[in-house]
Amino acid sequence: MGVRGTKPHFAANMAPRTIVDKIWDGHEIADLGGGQSLLHVDRIFLHERMGPALLAGLAQAGRAPAHPGLVFGVIDHAVETLPGRLERSRQPGANVFVTGFRASTKAAGIRLFDLDDPRQGIVHVVSPEQGIALPGCTLVCPDSHTGTVGGIGALAWGIGSTEGEHAVATQTLVRARPKRMRVELAGRLAPGVSAKDLVLALIGRFGAAGGDGHAIEFAGEAVRSLPVEGRLTLCNMAVEFGAWTGIVAPDEATLAWIAGRPYAPTGAMFERAASHWRSLASDDGARWDATRSIDCAALAPQVTWGTSPEHALAIDGVVPDPAHAGGAAAEALERALAYMDLVPGAPIAGTPIDAAFIGSCTNSRLTDLRAAAAIVRGRKVAAGVKAIVVPGSSQVKREAEAEGLDRDFREAGFEWRESGCSLCFFAGIDSFGSARRVITSTNRNFEGRQGPGVRSHLASPATVAASALAGCIADPRRAGGG
Amino acid sequence: MEPFLRIEGIAAPLHRPNIDTDAIIPSREITSPEREGYGEKLFAPWRYLGPDRRENPDFVLNRAPFRAAPILIAGDNFGCGSSREMAVWALRQFGIRVVVAPSFGAIFRSNCLRNGILPVVLPAATVAALAGRAEAGDLVLAVDLGRCLVTTPDGSAHEFAVEAREREMMLEGLDDIDLTLSRAGEIEAFQARDRVARPWIWSVAP
Repeated sequence: MGVRGTKPHFAANMAPRTIVDKIWDGHEIADLGGGQSLLHVDRIFLHERMGPALLAGLAQAGRAPAHPGLVFGVIDHAVETLPGRLERSRQPGANVFVTGFRASTKAAGIRLFDLDDPRQGIVHVVSPEQGIALPGCTLVCPDSHTGTVGGIGALAWGIGSTEGEHAVATQTLVRARPKRMRVELAGRLAPGVSAKDLVLALIGRFGAAGGDGHAIEFAGEAVRSLPVEGRLTLCNMAVEFGAWTGIVAPDEATLAWIAGRPYAPTGAMFERAASHWRSLASDDGARWDATRSIDCAALAPQVTWGTSPEHALAIDGVVPDPAHAGGAAAEALERALAYMDLVPGAPIAGTPIDAAFIGSCTNSRLTDLRAAAAIVRGRKVAAGVKAIVVPGSSQVKREAEAEGLDRDFREAGFEWRESGCSLCFFAGIDSFGSARRVITSTNRNFEGRQGPGVRSHLASPATVAASALAGCIADPRRAGGG
Repeated sequence: MEPFLRIEGIAAPLHRPNIDTDAIIPSREITSPEREGYGEKLFAPWRYLGPDRRENPDFVLNRAPFRAAPILIAGDNFGCGSSREMAVWALRQFGIRVVVAPSFGAIFRSNCLRNGILPVVLPAATVAALAGRAEAGDLVLAVDLGRCLVTTPDGSAHEFAVEAREREMMLEGLDDIDLTLSRAGEIEAFQARDRVARPWIWSVAP
């Protein structure tokens, strides 16, 4: 297949391989010994939060991007998401990052999807949406949720900014081949149960360090039956499982999802790429360093009660009692209970909330917004609850508006905002005001993550929507609609 | 990068699981794209009280002798969460050179190695025992990267593993970009083959 040089490009290794090994082998420039590889990086994404320091570091060392055309900049982290942000940015703290990033990307010859660009959005929503992230490609970004795009079969992972300098300067990274874990998600999800519930259940079952630095392939019937957006959600949370990254083998659903996107190959080139993408699935008999499984058929919607994503429980469950844990574990549970102001043994459903948030790289895509809108349509957010929707990208926002979802949300009492990372974390810009207890479709319920003293309950968009209407944590299966 | 050979000093215990980079440095404390100025902001949510940011006297790093501790003993999954390298810059600028824990967030660990902080993985029981002894404020540990050993005053030694290349990079304080650029020929040969094998990766629309 037109392979030149001394090293076969798509190694015709006879031993059965995992999808991770196939992509790794196809990107290994050199074996550096000691298990380390010099690996080609196909795509680099930067954002305004880490990008300026990264590009300044490069410039100070007198270095330039090796392939600026393979590097993309997005503005998402530090910007406010209230409507009208283009006319009046009220945030001096953010402006230094935004203006700095504009200047440094321009100087480095890196294209930027700026605030007024129709392609602007959260980096991990934008990269697959635009067809820039592709199956089988390697992609890095100085953001921990970069593994999101494993949902389309890319090998993608988050890095720091110093490592990012290496990536931009050389279009490569040095890394040890990861251990591989196969997570079998058996059975089909029941109605009202989504990818978010599935991954929260996984983390709840095996712990926030359960992924133990592995590259995880999510496989099984539940994964196959997920829409591509759900697979992105699943891989997004792999890092909250302590995994290095997550990936789902591309299938016909993936290929159909990618076809026609702005940067995706077209025509004969698409067919050629597609035949390569189809070859990436893990071989039968491939060796895994670890395997885990979950039966998804009986799974209920999940919600977190505490300050780690591992503090997940079924929506009809009760807050755990530290007395049933031992030693340091009990201490950690007590600390989480105190922060969250919850009582052991209390049902989690019915806990009153002050705010509800739908957004973030985890759950802000069109299918997420549809699931939530179906629940709130024709109903009202409970009195006293601040409810906010932040679409994951400007394109998602336009598509949702074309379907009238913005009207459903607004009429129910939700704020409908501009795209960005927004209230996934509190950067001193957007805030929940005086709200203390928040149900949120984001990825992290850490102490103070969404604001000083804010108590975050992670859940699916449907559960957030149902809870916003009820004024307390509520089971979306009883909310009707979707 | 500043080389790392051997550090000897007081160990401060912060032994709880899943300490995330939002706790090490919250997003709202990141107000400048510079690499400096983060030492004061380390663990800000726990270290300071109230809007006037007075020191929380109960927080371990506000207490003598831990204020000057170069070694931190932490719980499982330390540095999980956001990739923000400011978390590592904050630790380093505060004066931390070694973090001992049963496990680390992957990106955080990688960031440490590139900023002169040694992440030492020891078994959970060993870490718990060291953290318990450190509470008294007189546990002086010697961390030797050359020998891959953590030694306590009573002479007991705990071996830790570091990948050979990472160890060499830290011992020598090497710049890994220069090392990689010395392989420019191999990189270009790979890319030439790749343009033929996967042209769709290389035909990026404007």
